[in-house]
Amino acid sequence: MTRPIPPKADGADLSPPAEISAGGDAPAASGDLADRLRWFAPGTHITIRGLNKTFADGTVLYRDFDLDLPRGKVVSIFGPNGCGKSTLINMISGILDYDSGQILFDGKTARETKIGYVFQNYREAGFPWLRAIDNIRYPLKFLKLSQAEKDARVEKLLASFNVSIDLNRYPYELSGGQQQLVSIMRALVIEPEVLFLDEPFSALDYEMTLFLRDKLQSVLTEMQITTLLVSHDLDEAVELADEVLLLTRKPTSVAARIPFTAPRPRNAEITVTPEFIDVKARSLEIFQREVRKT
Amino acid sequence: MSDKLTKYLPRMGWIQPVLGALALILLWAFAHVAQLVDPVLLPSPLESWNAFVEGMTEGTLGHDFWRTIVRTMLSFAIATLIAVPLGVALGSSNKLYRSVEFLIDFFRSTPASAMFPLFLVFFGIGEEAKIAVAAFGAALIILFNTAYGVMNARQLRQLAARVMGASRTRILWDVTIWESLPQTFIGLRSGVSMALVIVIVAEMFIGSSDGLGKRIIDAQMIFNMPEMYASIFAAGALGYVMNMLFTLIEARFVHWGGK
Ligand SMILES: Nc1ncnc2c1ncn2[C@@H]1O[C@H](COP(=O)(O)OP(=O)(O)OP(=O)(O)O)[C@@H](O)[C@H]1O
Ligand SMILES: [Mg+2]
Repeated sequence: MTRPIPPKADGADLSPPAEISAGGDAPAASGDLADRLRWFAPGTHITIRGLNKTFADGTVLYRDFDLDLPRGKVVSIFGPNGCGKSTLINMISGILDYDSGQILFDGKTARETKIGYVFQNYREAGFPWLRAIDNIRYPLKFLKLSQAEKDARVEKLLASFNVSIDLNRYPYELSGGQQQLVSIMRALVIEPEVLFLDEPFSALDYEMTLFLRDKLQSVLTEMQITTLLVSHDLDEAVELADEVLLLTRKPTSVAARIPFTAPRPRNAEITVTPEFIDVKARSLEIFQREVRKT
Repeated sequence: MSDKLTKYLPRMGWIQPVLGALALILLWAFAHVAQLVDPVLLPSPLESWNAFVEGMTEGTLGHDFWRTIVRTMLSFAIATLIAVPLGVALGSSNKLYRSVEFLIDFFRSTPASAMFPLFLVFFGIGEEAKIAVAAFGAALIILFNTAYGVMNARQLRQLAARVMGASRTRILWDVTIWESLPQTFIGLRSGVSMALVIVIVAEMFIGSSDGLGKRIIDAQMIFNMPEMYASIFAAGALGYVMNMLFTLIEARFVHWGGK
């Protein structure tokens, strides 16, 4: 069963905005392609159609790439080094331009969608001139909310994370893990429709990683946000995921999609269950097959 | 014994610069006593210091000192008001910057003193010429550094703001300008030093009736060497204090710099 994308006022918008701030005035799609673009599985949130990305040096990364991503689920993206995981989520989130193709969120562009993004490099992504609490508050200024509503949002978020950091400090006065926690809260405070995380824990020590993973896990279970997580740690990718998305080497395509349906909330103990081990083993096998291909 | 020394030395970090200064004064006193240099040209440190204190308390050194501060600050303020906004504008447009890059580089490399006659023609030999030429010299440095800071601001924070839905102008205000502040401050600090240098030289050569530059050149004309050393010392102290003040302001405003 399929259902149509709510048509946009100006018809299907096939080419990406030349610049992110512009957009919406691209030429309409022609016959066949437009039909193909209109259809997707129920429960889908993000649709990617005919995506092309070639770098200036001639590297073809994505060619005619299609993907549907489900609403309210966590999808972990896993694949060989340099296969284009970051590039993919950067194109989806609107940070990076693509050559052609279409990426829509319920028929909306990235610009029209509330997006949270957690970068790997928390040191260079936070605003060091703002106190931690003001970093968390900052994205709220782009929402039309009253001051009281904004304060309530922040309060609610802090309550659900239940952390004991002094948020009146500046980011550089916090530990790496605390800084990344602030980044995660900054991404979530707007109650985003979609959350992107690009190797959010890979610069942290193991103890901090486990702690943040648990926090993120429980908050995501509570908030039900469509989430795309890039991780190079297969345990982490599986533990947090409703589905593991495995990518091939470039030019990149989807190697496999493996669902993981264990109940939430989950914690590190899940890693010893048969279902987890099975999903991990299958993922690993496909991953190794892809890595061996030349 | 040496344990004690290593324990106390770091705490007395101020003592080393003081020792250096003391050594210079001793060397000077020695040169004076031993008459290594004609005593007319090199009075004793004490004579010079007395000239300084006297000039500051009873004489006109205090007035000249103040005039130089006012001129420097005025030119610096004008330079900042013009160059910082212009630098931000240039830095945020690559095309704009490319088209004036050569001009900025050229005039930055032109000694400001070579521009004196030009400014004299335009502003007359009054106060305006001195302030204008000092502001010009300082503005170029500030402009260059501000534009450079804006241009080289790290991408990631701007992307982070963009993904939150910030417009281009919002990103410029909320991220890029902050990101460029450390570099802008380098420009401001060099700018204020440059303004002082030009003001002093202008006071020497562009018919001035007061100011440290005028005082130094006057003292030299009549071989009043203690007076001259006192004025040079005043100019040095002024530059040093300005630099220090700036470092303090910088540490306060750009508290995240280098972290
Ligand atoms: N600006 C660019 N110009 C040319 N090639 C690029 C550029 N950016 C990325 N690439 C190439 O595209 C490929 C994908 O990069 P990307 O960062 O998306 O990979 P990744 O899967 O996130 O890798 P990693 O596992 O290292 O994070 C890499 O092979 C990289 O060399
Ligand atoms: Mg990556």
